[in-house]
Amino acid sequence: MSEQTLEIPCNIPADAVNPVEPFLRMDRMPHIWCPGCGIGTTVNCFTRALIDSHANLDKVAIVSGIGCTGRVAGYANLDSFHTTHGRAIPFATGLKLANPELQVVVYSGDGDLFAIGGNHFIHAARRNMDLKVICVNNLTYAMTGGQTAPTTPSKVISATNPYGVFEPAFNLVALAEAAGASYVARWTTFHVKQLSRSMEEVLRKKGFCFIEVISPCPTLYQRRNKMGDGLDTMKYYKQASKIRHGAPTAECDLTKSGEIVVGKFVDRDRPSYFEMLNSQMTETLGDRYAEPEVMCEQC
Amino acid sequence: MLTEIRIAGFGGQGVILAAAVIGKARAIFEGGYATMTQSFGPEARGGSSSAQVILSSEPILYPYITRPDILIVMSQEAGARFIPELKPGGILITEQELVRVDHMPAGTRAFGVPATRLAEELGRKMVLNIVMVGFFGAVTSLIATEALRQAVADSVPPASQKLNLQAFEKGYEYGASLIEKLREEGETEMVLSFESES
Amino acid sequence: MEDELAASITIQGAVWGGAKAFTVTSGPGFSLMMEHIGYAAMTETPCVFVDVQRGGPSTGLPTLPAQADMMQARWGSHGDYGIIALCPNSPQECFDLAITAFNLSEEFRVPVMLMLDECVGHMTEKVIIPDAAAIDVYPRRFTHLPPGEFRLFEPREDKVPDMVRAGDGYRFHVTGLTHDERGYPSMNVDTQRSSVTRLLEKLQPFTGERALSETADLEDAEVVVVSYGITSRVAQRAIDLARQKGVRAGKFRIISAWPFPEKHIAALAPKVKAMVVPELNLGQMVHEVERAAAGRCKVRLVPHAGGTVHNPEAILKAILEAAE
Ligand SMILES: Cc1ncc(C[n+]2csc(CCOP(=O)(O)OP(=O)(O)O)c2C)c(N)n1
Ligand code: SF4
Ligand SMILES: [Mg+2]
Repeated sequence: MSEQTLEIPCNIPADAVNPVEPFLRMDRMPHIWCPGCGIGTTVNCFTRALIDSHANLDKVAIVSGIGCTGRVAGYANLDSFHTTHGRAIPFATGLKLANPELQVVVYSGDGDLFAIGGNHFIHAARRNMDLKVICVNNLTYAMTGGQTAPTTPSKVISATNPYGVFEPAFNLVALAEAAGASYVARWTTFHVKQLSRSMEEVLRKKGFCFIEVISPCPTLYQRRNKMGDGLDTMKYYKQASKIRHGAPTAECDLTKSGEIVVGKFVDRDRPSYFEMLNSQMTETLGDRYAEPEVMCEQC
Repeated sequence: MLTEIRIAGFGGQGVILAAAVIGKARAIFEGGYATMTQSFGPEARGGSSSAQVILSSEPILYPYITRPDILIVMSQEAGARFIPELKPGGILITEQELVRVDHMPAGTRAFGVPATRLAEELGRKMVLNIVMVGFFGAVTSLIATEALRQAVADSVPPASQKLNLQAFEKGYEYGASLIEKLREEGETEMVLSFESES
Repeated sequence: MEDELAASITIQGAVWGGAKAFTVTSGPGFSLMMEHIGYAAMTETPCVFVDVQRGGPSTGLPTLPAQADMMQARWGSHGDYGIIALCPNSPQECFDLAITAFNLSEEFRVPVMLMLDECVGHMTEKVIIPDAAAIDVYPRRFTHLPPGEFRLFEPREDKVPDMVRAGDGYRFHVTGLTHDERGYPSMNVDTQRSSVTRLLEKLQPFTGERALSETADLEDAEVVVVSYGITSRVAQRAIDLARQKGVRAGKFRIISAWPFPEKHIAALAPKVKAMVVPELNLGQMVHEVERAAAGRCKVRLVPHAGGTVHNPEAILKAILEAAE
């Protein structure tokens, strides 16, 4: 998506070939994504957010599940984990509990996070576990050939619903809010600036943060539904999306070709899992409680 | 006798359907046997696509091809990758405007067809795979033309049957006149029917 | 369904609702189904699980073949129980054995595993589908007893109990807990012994007379190739090559892999020099062959870690060496 390439940030050395290179495993290029796929765009935005947040990259870990989006972990030049289908969040939970100073980012697909992994998502949000969850929502199980996911809107044609989807889809932002997330935003791959800003914001925020990125899968979803290529989808996103910060998430349902409400919907402060743990234990045990020291200094 | 065929190109060219049509012509409409296997996975999407077909008069055991007798290639990348694997004396069929052939194994008999252009003449570029099947039928004489025709009709949705059959005829005619021309020019080596060779 | 955990228990709800039901998966999903394979075994719910085996462990080799889930199919859920597993080697057999799988699941009230490999799973070949009327269907053995007299887990002579369906007025109870013949939890040593023993004993016929296999050239064989699934087709080429070289090779193709056809292997062992066992794993069914052969002939594994099938030459080499 050439029209969407990011401006080169000013704090990059002049001899760097491409500003995103230091953040990617260039020895693993070319990547597997199809031409026009939105996943790469989101990775560009994430890279930009890492640059702008001045995060210590040795302390950022990325955890993915399985899927086209799940391959992001393999391309990011960070400590990265490509886990099993649906289990990125519980893996990330363990990582964070064992090493609280890590900034743990979960980067995965809609099917991975909300079908097989849906239960883990709501529980991590409920606990306000300190995870930054980025969901590339291409409205389908892409890697396996475009089957219906819990995010696929009504009427859409998919590999498993050749005559049209009839089950209602999850509204991910409403689900995240209801389950307790501290931060909830939605963008499309057209909104590269806003998306990187959101990503940067959650890298600084405590608690369970969720960003949904509506993204094209031209190879399967767009093709099957005669929605054109990656560029046509950008035009659709541009024309159909409406920025409404703070919009009630219940009003943000997605449909096959209707309006896409984007923006930051939730930004609240709830006690994090660690804070709740410490406060409850201190209240009950008083002096006898020692905060967990799970990091082994010698190892 | 086993005949091993590989068909390769890029995703979206209908490589798998072309392979299925050839296999079906032999297995269903000629009453013989055919086995098709294909490569799946993320790398098979958008990028390259390849299918293997084995034809035989008896049940087929080993499911993969070892060295293809016939290679049908529809992209430069597929050509680069698979032409060196062709059996010496084998048949190479190319989409001639998409594949430039620099080297090929000794004794290869190569036939090219502008399948994409012929398909475009019919108004639908996507039927280039069936043009290739028609051309394959004409230059190899490996499968009865009527069986191939039936397999085409049987493998496509009813709405596009007519178009696909036209594509088949177009490829077939192009192949038949190419063979005729070669024969007139005395290139008998090239026109020996495939089966009489092995 | 949202995942394999869900699919594997949804089918069982469907069965108790009166339908025949199955689910299909590959390695990672099969691992997730293990809990409910145990549930199906314990509750004697007739259903079918299809596993298209890929290279593992974990995500491994999606869409590339292996046969490394064979032990998992047999032992993957916790506790003692039995299942039936069938191994087709062609699309035609996928069709035929799917029917057999349903029939056996009804006859024995067990989960039946249809163990494909990716090669067979993705292969395209001619499949002849008979007239519906020509297909043998084993109907569910619904009880003829009225409510009140019927006991859901009271075995008949063949050790298999009759079935009922929800909504027919039986007010029956199904539980994964150890249960008595009424289906009520009965967690004591005696019930545990009798019910778990029966779960295994009802499948005993498959070790011998009910086992499904395909054999050739066994009369004069000095080396027998024991194989299953796609490997049996590769092995046949090796057998033919060995015969051309004057080695009397024979074929024993396992179709019902679980319960293991141990009586057949045991009977064959003293008559041959060796058994050669090629499989797309680093040694699974070969342990069963060794156990059944019990030292009465040599047993040689031809391992392969998966990703493709064996080179027939590797199997041929093993046959020739075993014949010496
Ligand atoms: C337990 C298990 N079930 C199924 C699969 C097959 N599988 C791989 S990716 C995928 C879906 C991916 O969808 P999504 O998370 O939306 O990612 P996308 O490819 O769309 O980016 C599935 C079902 C698997 N790997 N493991
Ligand atoms: S299949 Fe869809 S989601 Fe996957 S890489 Fe291709 S375009 Fe992207
Ligand atoms: Mg998806």
